[in-house]
Amino acid sequence: MTTKAQAVMDWIDARFPLTSTYKAHLSEYYAPKNFNFWYFFGSLALLVLVLQIVTGIFLVMHYKPDASLNASGVPVAFASVEYIMRDVPGGWIIRYLHSTGASAFFVVVYLHMFRGILYGSYRKPRELIWIFGTLIFLALMAEAFMGYLLPWGQMSFWGAQVIVNLFSAIPVIGPDLSVVIRGDFVVSDATLNRFFSFHVIAVPLVLIGLVAAHIVALHEVGSNNPDGVEIKKKKGPDGHPLDGIPFHPYYTVKDIVGVVGFLIVFSFIVFFAPEGGGYFLEYNNFIPADPLKTPPHIAPVWYFTPFYSLLRAMVWPLFGLDAKFWGVVAMGGGVVIIAFLPWLDRSPAKSIRYRGPIFKTLLTIFIIGFAILGFLGTKPPSYAFFGVIPGAPVAQLFSLYYFLFFLTMPVWSKIDKCKPVPDRVTG
Amino acid sequence: MKKLLTALLFAPLLAFASGAELHLDKAPVSTEPAALQNGAKLFVNYCLNCHGASYMRYNRLQQIGLSEQMIKDNLMFTADKVGEPMRIAMQRDEAKQWFGAAPPDLTVVARSRASEFGSGADWLYTYLRGFYRDSERPTGWNNVIFENVGMPHVLYELQGEQLAKVSEKDDGHGGKIKEIHLEQGKPGKMSKDEYDKATADLVSYLVWMGEPMAETRKTIGTFVIAFLGLLFVLSYLLKKNFWKDIH
Repeated sequence: MTTKAQAVMDWIDARFPLTSTYKAHLSEYYAPKNFNFWYFFGSLALLVLVLQIVTGIFLVMHYKPDASLNASGVPVAFASVEYIMRDVPGGWIIRYLHSTGASAFFVVVYLHMFRGILYGSYRKPRELIWIFGTLIFLALMAEAFMGYLLPWGQMSFWGAQVIVNLFSAIPVIGPDLSVVIRGDFVVSDATLNRFFSFHVIAVPLVLIGLVAAHIVALHEVGSNNPDGVEIKKKKGPDGHPLDGIPFHPYYTVKDIVGVVGFLIVFSFIVFFAPEGGGYFLEYNNFIPADPLKTPPHIAPVWYFTPFYSLLRAMVWPLFGLDAKFWGVVAMGGGVVIIAFLPWLDRSPAKSIRYRGPIFKTLLTIFIIGFAILGFLGTKPPSYAFFGVIPGAPVAQLFSLYYFLFFLTMPVWSKIDKCKPVPDRVTG
Repeated sequence: MKKLLTALLFAPLLAFASGAELHLDKAPVSTEPAALQNGAKLFVNYCLNCHGASYMRYNRLQQIGLSEQMIKDNLMFTADKVGEPMRIAMQRDEAKQWFGAAPPDLTVVARSRASEFGSGADWLYTYLRGFYRDSERPTGWNNVIFENVGMPHVLYELQGEQLAKVSEKDDGHGGKIKEIHLEQGKPGKMSKDEYDKATADLVSYLVWMGEPMAETRKTIGTFVIAFLGLLFVLSYLLKKNFWKDIH
C-alpha cells in the first residue's frame, strides 16, 4: 500500500475498526482446511438472502398490497403481480428470481441444517450458533408464509386462511389471537396489508439481525469440520491452528465455485421451469383469491409440507382439547425441538465419520421419513401409495418417529459404539 | 365457529373424495406466428365478449408478428387505443345473473388450468372440444370435463353439435363412474380436423398470452447458462491455483 493509502486507512482505523474487522472475519479468520461439499450451503444461504432482498426491493416498487377489485373485477394485488410480469421491463425475471429464490432458500437451508446434524456442528461450544440458526429457520418460515399471501391468488388466500385458523385452536386466547393476526374475522385487505408490512420490513430486519448474530457467534468459536475435531487445540508456533487456513482467500475462491455451481442449477429453474412443476408456483395461484370458492385441495408450498404432515398426523382430541390444538403443538414442537439438539446428543464423537451404527441407521430412517412426510404433506390425507397403502397412517408413523428420534437421542447416542476420534483433521 | 374451523381444516379431505380423475387430450401447442395470429383472431371474435384479458395489452400482439395498424383494423373491438388492455363491456354483476358466475379473466388461464392430469393447454384443448347437447342445462350445453358448465358452446357454428352417449362403469370401489362418449350430430362449418386445428391455434394463443415472455425467457436462459458454465470452469481453475499448496 502506498503511504497515502496507508494514511487514509490509519485515519479510518483510529475511528472505526475496519482493518481489525477485516482481519478477524476474513483474512485472519482461520477455518479448517478440510471443508467438503456440505460446507457450501452457509455461504449460499447468505447469497440467497441478498438475492431475495435485492429482488424484493424492486418488486415493492411495482407491487400493490390491495385486495379491492379493479375495473375488470380482478383484485389489485393480483393484477399488480401480472403487471410486473408483463408491463414492467425485466419485471418477469425479477419476479421469477424472487419466487424461485424462496424455494432455493429452503433447499439451501435444509441442506445446511443437515450438514450440522451430519458433523455434530451444534455440539459444545457451538450451541448458540445452532439456536440462532433455529431462530433463523423460524423467521424464514414466517417470512415465506407471509410473502406467499401477497400474490393474492387462491392458494395464497386459502393457505393463509387455514394456517391462521390454526392459531384459534390455542385454548383461551386462540380465537382473539387469530383475529389479531388477520386484523379481521376472515383473511382480507387488512391481512394483506399487515402481511406485506411484516414481509418487507419487520421479518427481514429480524432475519438480518439473526444472521449477523449467527456469523459473529461462529467466528467467535470457529467452524466445525467433517472430522468434528477442534482445530484450535493444535496451534503452530505462529499461534494459528495447524489445520486452519485463512478464510480469505482460500474459502472465498472456493465459495465462488459453489456460488457458480448453485447459480447454474438455479438458472435452469428460473429460465426453463419457473413454476417448478407446480411446486414453486402453484397452478391454483394463477386464479385470483375468491373468498367464496374453496379450492378442492389446499396444499402448502413444498417447504412447509413435512411440518404440515406433523400437524395433520394428530387426529385425536386429548385432555379435553381439540385434535387441531395437538396438531398445532406437533407442528410447532417439530421446529422447536431442533433447537435442543446440542443437549439431546450425548455421543462422544461429533462427526458421522466416527459415530456408530445406531446413529447412522436412525439418521437414515429420519431423512427418509422426513422426505416421506414432505411428500405426503403435498397430497390430500386420503392419498394412498400406488392406490393401496394409505398415506395417513404412514404419515402418523413417521411423525411419531420424528419426535422419538429426538426424544430418545440422549439414550441411544450415549450407548452407540463410536470409533476413536483423531487429534488432527484427516483431509 | 369451532366446527366451521375444523371443517375448513379438513376441507381438502372431503373435497378430494368427491374429485374424479380427468382424462385430457394432449394439446398440439404451437409457437408459430401463423397459428398464434389465427388463435388471436378466434380469441377476440369468440371469447373476448364475455371474458376479458385485462392484463394483456392490444399492442403486445405485435410480438406475434402483427403491425399496430393490423391490430387496430382487425382485432381491436373493445378499446380505443392500442395500448389499452383487452377489457370487456359486460358488467360483472350482470354477468353473474346471466351465467351463474362471472366469466373469469382469461389472461393466465393456460397457467391456472394446469394440474397433475396435464398442462393447462391440455385442459383447454379438451374443454373446447368437449361440449355436447344437454337439454337439461339452461344453455342447452354441457361439457365432458367441466360438468354443468355455465358457458354455452360459443364455437357451435364451427364445430356443430356433439351428442353424448352416457354409460356407467364400475370404479372398483363399489361406486360408479359416468363415462361420456361423444358423437357428431348436426355438422358445423368445419370438419373435425379443421375444428381440432382451430382449437389448437386458440389454445396456443392462450398459452402465449399466459406468459408472452416465455420464449424470450428460454433464449436468455440459454445464454445465461452458457456464461455460467464458462465461469464455473474459470472459477474452478482459480480455486485450484489458490489451493495448490494446501494439503
